[in-house]
Amino acid sequence: MEPFVSLTSRTVVLPAEDIDTDQIIPARFLTTTTRAGLGQHLFSEWRYLDDGTPDPSFTMNMRQSQGAQVLVAGHNFGCGSSREHAPWALYDFGIRVVISTQIADIFRSNAQKNGIVPILVNDEIHQWLLTHPDVAVTVDLESMTLRLPGARQVEFELDPFARHCLMQGVDQLGFLLAQTSDVDAFERDQPLTPAIAVAS
Amino acid sequence: MPQTLFDKIWQRHQVVGESASAPATVYIDLHLVHEVTSPQAFSVLRERGLSVRRPDRTLATLDHSTPTRAAELYGALRPGPATTQIQTLQKNCADFGVPLYDLDSRERGIVHVIGPELGASHPGFTIVCGDSHTSTHGAFGALAFGIGTTEVGHVLATQCLLQRRPKTMAVNVNGRLAPGVSAKDLILAIIGRLGVGGGTGHVLEYRGEAIAALSMEQRMTVCNMSIEAGARAGLVAPDDTTLEYLHGRRFAPRGRDWAAAVSRWRALRSDDGAVFDRSVELDASALAPMITYGTHPGMVMPIDGTVPASQRSALDYMGLSEGQRLIGQPVDVVFVGSCTNSRLSDLRDAARVLRGRKVRDGVRALVVPGSQQVKRDAEAEGLHEIFLSAGAQWRESGCSMCIAMNGDAVGSGQYSVSTSNRNFEGRQGRGARTLLASPMTAAAAAVTGRVTDPRQFL
Ligand code: SF4
Repeated sequence: MEPFVSLTSRTVVLPAEDIDTDQIIPARFLTTTTRAGLGQHLFSEWRYLDDGTPDPSFTMNMRQSQGAQVLVAGHNFGCGSSREHAPWALYDFGIRVVISTQIADIFRSNAQKNGIVPILVNDEIHQWLLTHPDVAVTVDLESMTLRLPGARQVEFELDPFARHCLMQGVDQLGFLLAQTSDVDAFERDQPLTPAIAVAS
Repeated sequence: MPQTLFDKIWQRHQVVGESASAPATVYIDLHLVHEVTSPQAFSVLRERGLSVRRPDRTLATLDHSTPTRAAELYGALRPGPATTQIQTLQKNCADFGVPLYDLDSRERGIVHVIGPELGASHPGFTIVCGDSHTSTHGAFGALAFGIGTTEVGHVLATQCLLQRRPKTMAVNVNGRLAPGVSAKDLILAIIGRLGVGGGTGHVLEYRGEAIAALSMEQRMTVCNMSIEAGARAGLVAPDDTTLEYLHGRRFAPRGRDWAAAVSRWRALRSDDGAVFDRSVELDASALAPMITYGTHPGMVMPIDGTVPASQRSALDYMGLSEGQRLIGQPVDVVFVGSCTNSRLSDLRDAARVLRGRKVRDGVRALVVPGSQQVKRDAEAEGLHEIFLSAGAQWRESGCSMCIAMNGDAVGSGQYSVSTSNRNFEGRQGRGARTLLASPMTAAAAAVTGRVTDPRQFL
């Protein structure tokens, strides 16, 4: 995972509320066994017309949106399934930051583990961003600020551990593996119900 | 200090406590695995030379992209990505020593149906799966929630997860459900009340007279859809109903272990005076059968109501308009199945309506049992004959039209009354228009070819 410290990019805006993971990437593209190449299926139902060509009226297909790395989305982004294919597809497409007023739990957790910064803003900032597409913003994890045009600056929050992992570009498996002796001790001491026997 | 049921389970599974700089390390008692969200996790284990820490706490099955036609399921699988995915899980399970309920297993089925059915989902357990409907197992008083694929790798390798403590919400349901109103209608009403994101960050505890009166299968239906209100998990304190269900099942404790387990499980309830971060109240006796009209499960209404004002894009997608009644709306497809409503009692509900009646010409009706065991049980009581003679299709178990990954799909623009849990755009196939409802409501729609109040058939 590439470290994320600071990024300046234009925004791309999808104002719909409750954008679910089936919209981010439909289930029929989940038959993959790798993470590669999912960006082509991102928002597939919206991005492509019935004949498979890009829909020119969809924001992400417009010229000014090309290369935008900050997605501003309507309230409650990422609800639905636990598919990590959703942040994989966003990342593969080039998105590094998602901004909304609410982001679903599992999506947020998955996003952070894949180099995407989920940012919650208040209604006022959200409204401003929704109504001002294609503006350049800066997301800085050092100062935990989102800088908007006109020297406007807002602070946001991130779980300190997630922030650390994002900034260092490290994954959490190493952290967990370092606790192996604690897990050994837990398994020894806790009178848990017997484990599940091997299936017949 | 009085504790909630959630607090008790959370506390007991802390391997390393939470701090400002790091989340808690939480021990996982049972890890369920399926073909769609696991391949990349096993790849990470391979890349790093890791093994599965506790294969004996891991259970895998094939359900999502698995065919439901016997000829395909037991014959040669068609080459393609879905088949590759199935074969990948088979190989991963063989290589890492994880027990797999394979395509030809008598115990195979939807992961959230077989866990309980085998008695593997115990009260007080922490249960995870790379699938958001893992909340189903909360019906047993377990803390059960969905995780992403990276976390699937974490649990395979370490049997632990890094988690921040979620908030708690009491969902108090008073009164009793009226005849013809099911657990599905109850949970749809709860989601309507909370909103599709209203439970975000919370673990729900369903409580009250209405919940106590539900069977285990009905509690599973309720807990299953907790995620549709955005909740992390949903649970119900174990009681006699729970114990009766579990006793004698394959992976339930036996003999002296059973007695010891029961005494532990009896303590698994929220203490009097325990404080929840939030609470909501609902009156079950006031509920009618519910049906969704939009593109997420929070867009739901009583079946005899009219479509309320809502997001234009959602109504456009659904081809419905504000103020319209749904009763009488023509229907193309009826699907009875999914981890929400594919257990024996769900099939009995559907059969009650379909018995001696016919599926309306032009309607495609599909009944897909949740597991091979459910299929055998249903056939033993002749339910399949009711479905088949009505003109419905009767399939092998799997996710099928809930997620439309295996070829079972609704056509573009078609209306489907479905007992599954998601009516998102394209969920049942590109352009498919899904109306979520109970098995009784689905069966009633199959008979009339229109959205119909099932109470007239009871
Ligand atoms: S039945 Fe549907 S919701 Fe349930 S596990 Fe399968 S795909 Fe997921």
